[in-house]
Amino acid sequence: MATTPATAPRLTKRGERDDGPVNEPDFLNVTKGLKSWLVTLDHKRIGMMYLFGILFSLIVGGAFALLVRMELWVPGGTIVDQDTYNKFFTLHGGVTVFLVIIPGIPAALGNIIMPIQLGAPDVAFPRLNLASFYLWVSGALLLVGAVPFGGLDTGWTLYTPYSLESKTPVLVATSGVFLLGFSSIFTGLNFLVTIHKFRPQGMGWFQLPLNIWALYATAIMQVLATPVLGITVLLLTVERFAHIGIFDPTLGGDPVLFQHFFWFYSHPAVYIMIIPGMGVISELMSTFSRKPLFGYRFVAYSSISLALLSFLVWGHHMFVSGQSRLANMVFSALTFTVGIPSAVKVFNWVATLYKGDIRLKTPMLYALSFLLLFTIGGLTGLFLGILAVDVHLHDTYFVVAHFHYVMMGSTLVAFLGALHYWWPKFTGRMYNEGLGKICAIGVFVGFNLTFLPQFVMGARGMPRRYWDYDPQYTLYHQLSTIGAFILGISIFISVCYLMASFKTGKRAPRNPWGGSTLEWQAPTPPPLYNFEKPPVIHELYNYDDLVEVEEDVWERRAPTEVEPTDAPGDAHAHVRHPENPPTVVTTSRHEELASEAGPVPPTVMPGTEAEEPGFIPGSGKEDK
Amino acid sequence: MKSFARFSMMIGLTSAVTIAICVALFGTPSADAQPTSAEPQTATQPAQADVPAGTQPPVVQQPDPNTPGSPAGGKAADPAKNQATTSTNPGGPANPNVSPPPAAGATQRTWYEELAYRPIQEEGTFWMPKSVNIVADDSDSMFYATLGLSAFFFIAIAGAVIYLVIKYRHRPGHKPEPSAGHNDALEITWTVIPTIICVFLFYYGWRTYVQVVTPPNKAVEVNLLAKRWTWNFTHSNGVEDSDLHVPVNKPVRVVMTSTDVLHAFYAPVMRVKQDIIPRRYTYVWFHATKPGTYRLTCAEYCGTDHSQMGMTQDGRRAVVVVHQEGDYERYLADKQALEGGGDPIDHGKRLYEKKGCVTCHSIDGSARIGPSFKGVFGKPQAMADGSKVVADENYLRESLMVPNAKTRAGFPAGTMPAFEGQLKERDIEGIIAFIKSLE
Repeated sequence: MATTPATAPRLTKRGERDDGPVNEPDFLNVTKGLKSWLVTLDHKRIGMMYLFGILFSLIVGGAFALLVRMELWVPGGTIVDQDTYNKFFTLHGGVTVFLVIIPGIPAALGNIIMPIQLGAPDVAFPRLNLASFYLWVSGALLLVGAVPFGGLDTGWTLYTPYSLESKTPVLVATSGVFLLGFSSIFTGLNFLVTIHKFRPQGMGWFQLPLNIWALYATAIMQVLATPVLGITVLLLTVERFAHIGIFDPTLGGDPVLFQHFFWFYSHPAVYIMIIPGMGVISELMSTFSRKPLFGYRFVAYSSISLALLSFLVWGHHMFVSGQSRLANMVFSALTFTVGIPSAVKVFNWVATLYKGDIRLKTPMLYALSFLLLFTIGGLTGLFLGILAVDVHLHDTYFVVAHFHYVMMGSTLVAFLGALHYWWPKFTGRMYNEGLGKICAIGVFVGFNLTFLPQFVMGARGMPRRYWDYDPQYTLYHQLSTIGAFILGISIFISVCYLMASFKTGKRAPRNPWGGSTLEWQAPTPPPLYNFEKPPVIHELYNYDDLVEVEEDVWERRAPTEVEPTDAPGDAHAHVRHPENPPTVVTTSRHEELASEAGPVPPTVMPGTEAEEPGFIPGSGKEDK
Repeated sequence: MKSFARFSMMIGLTSAVTIAICVALFGTPSADAQPTSAEPQTATQPAQADVPAGTQPPVVQQPDPNTPGSPAGGKAADPAKNQATTSTNPGGPANPNVSPPPAAGATQRTWYEELAYRPIQEEGTFWMPKSVNIVADDSDSMFYATLGLSAFFFIAIAGAVIYLVIKYRHRPGHKPEPSAGHNDALEITWTVIPTIICVFLFYYGWRTYVQVVTPPNKAVEVNLLAKRWTWNFTHSNGVEDSDLHVPVNKPVRVVMTSTDVLHAFYAPVMRVKQDIIPRRYTYVWFHATKPGTYRLTCAEYCGTDHSQMGMTQDGRRAVVVVHQEGDYERYLADKQALEGGGDPIDHGKRLYEKKGCVTCHSIDGSARIGPSFKGVFGKPQAMADGSKVVADENYLRESLMVPNAKTRAGFPAGTMPAFEGQLKERDIEGIIAFIKSLE
């Protein structure tokens, strides 16, 4: 039945608790050799390859950031000349946006965790998944490949007509961006189908973890917005060698049209970056407060609202571009609507803490950092949405600080939180918690020291992308540079102790944080198809029967009982009292079928075999 | 909140009601809302700390090598490049209309160059440089109001987080208490309140923005041609300069275009910014209230020397010089006498005759093959397709470059030759200036 009997844990030879799969090897050991990784169709292995690629890119992008900060230590030349500096900030932007932040949560961690969280054995299209990874690798090589060809100097925004005239290898970089776009589209498509079709019986839309909601909203945007990026860079490429006169003003083209195209993708892209972070934070806030997320439906709705609204606000990047006054007015109004779902989410996260039992583990420290940094990022967005104020702040360091608070302070911090949260699950190893906490605090302090002074500089009129600056800003730049180094060192140490945990970390239990979602029922690390026996679907975010049996080891002690799924939406919302215990256990479709058809053969792929009973693609629709 | 539709409708309804209240209370933003040019003269005439009032020319400070004019890593001073012209009594008050003759070999600067070489005078608050534009005060108030609002919300949220984390932190014996998983009243409250705030912010921002971008009818006009990496301002009498010299207490409109890539005009004390686009005109206007020397920066990335756009050979950054009453006219006269420089209207008139415009376009209002130039500028013109188009700089430019893009009602299409590629920026500016002059 639904309980996990409290039996004595299995132990390894070294006497550590072994929560790995019993009858088969885990996915890390199921096959050996480099080739078995390079051609794997397993979502977890693909996700891990993504993860290492992204961590490597993060270090590259971060190194460019530190070079930029070093150059700005004093006005004028410090370590490099203007042209080299321009290449540094271009590559910093290009690498961190296209290679780190956009794929960070969905393609790497989402790939690893999302199917397990759904109780599914893999994503819907494993081969497409692998193809998307290789597109990412090719795109990354081309984008970073601009460095040996002399380095790109157009800024990551590739504005025309500069990018039409630049002597640097624009074509190499745009080809890279084109491929990266398709990688993103494939991932989005795969996730959409997986979430629609691979939900098990008993998991309706409103029993989906909020992380899945967020990945779903993200996937919609990836599929709908990214093609525009592809078209834009393609037009730019054609314009550059065939001079067709789309963007080139000397041929009658309109350089501002490029900005419309570019931001039509790149504004939704901001939400492709931030919404998965919001999903992760929803999970972390709930798990570490031992409480269901407050206002589940509001948070789910606001993810979808943000995804839809994000398509309508691109013009706020262009308030001073020469766009018409009417367009500015409309875009300013629409921009403020984005603030509302964001504010709703923040309030719900804060309310989740109320009457909780808050455990300040490393992932929770990142989640709380996120909450504060996202609040600053969101509130400073108000300044930029106000037309009159934006005219002054546009293209200054105020904007730089604002989008770093959102893209780095929020998304990257959420990524680090998610990485620490799920690291034990997919590597099977615990990392050093003490170092984890120190680095989480280091990231928070370093980040604020880097970017708070930039708000002041920006409001005082320091334009962005400046190699040389007026001496009145020297102190602010120096504070910012010191902060950047604290931040960089903290992230670098994090990567080091995470890697070291493969060798020295103690074995991770099945459920180290007491999470209630399905991935914590899978063995640690999971086997090839994630579950040895079908997972049991408990009431979402119900922590009542999860008990910490020893430090960082949680087990379910009593059956969780919920009402049958025909009133699914309220399951999470019940007021629970100890003297009023919840009722009935959900019988999972897995178990129903398992009892009819015998144990699930774990190696069967979904949808390929008629007798495959454990995972019913399409079963999600039956619980409407 | 059961349904997404209801959630959206709630936000939509709140926004609609709030905007209706705003419009009812304050009216629709329009250009009329802007201050008249007479208003600021008395209201904001500031006490001049650094420049004595009166007819005396500004007291000139010797450039200080430690001021922003000589940045580390800047270009080496090149005295030969300094304008070799001035009198010992720079722009003496007695006879401002007579310029001193060039003194060959001298390295002294003219009085107006000395003004440009002053240290910048932007001291303001912790958050912002001082405000020098009459409409900037409104956008500053919005900045500070939003700052206060943000500080309030940030302190409330951060305070709540810290309080809750301390109060409900895990410790021996502490258990999570049962609490509601949602609360419609609370959630509706914290959806509706941000909605109202957002709508108000939008509304005021829009209102102020309309003022910031709407110039008065009569403004001092300066043309700006931006190119990598210099500014080239052309004044009404044809005087060219790489710094922007403007009068105090008069609205100034800058008509801008670029010869190469995008640039942006950004004078932080004026709180105005506008991208400059090749082959198209964009505009900024401001109404300076305090004489002084302020930074002029390029805010749209334009390549190698983006951060030093307009920097002189001896390492001084580009500036906006706001002249005291009367000094702007003196600057125009002195600089013209010193350097020559043709009147763009005269230049346009020459081209009008030389390029053959005269064959089809009269300047006395009579129609020939094409419409007359007289009284055309700035007025809506009926087009062959029935629409009305205001004959502004961009329209005139288009009519020169791509004449058949729009055809005036009553005139044959396809008659006028295209001048694309045949005219320099200065020529186009000249022809437009000439047409403007035919009121």
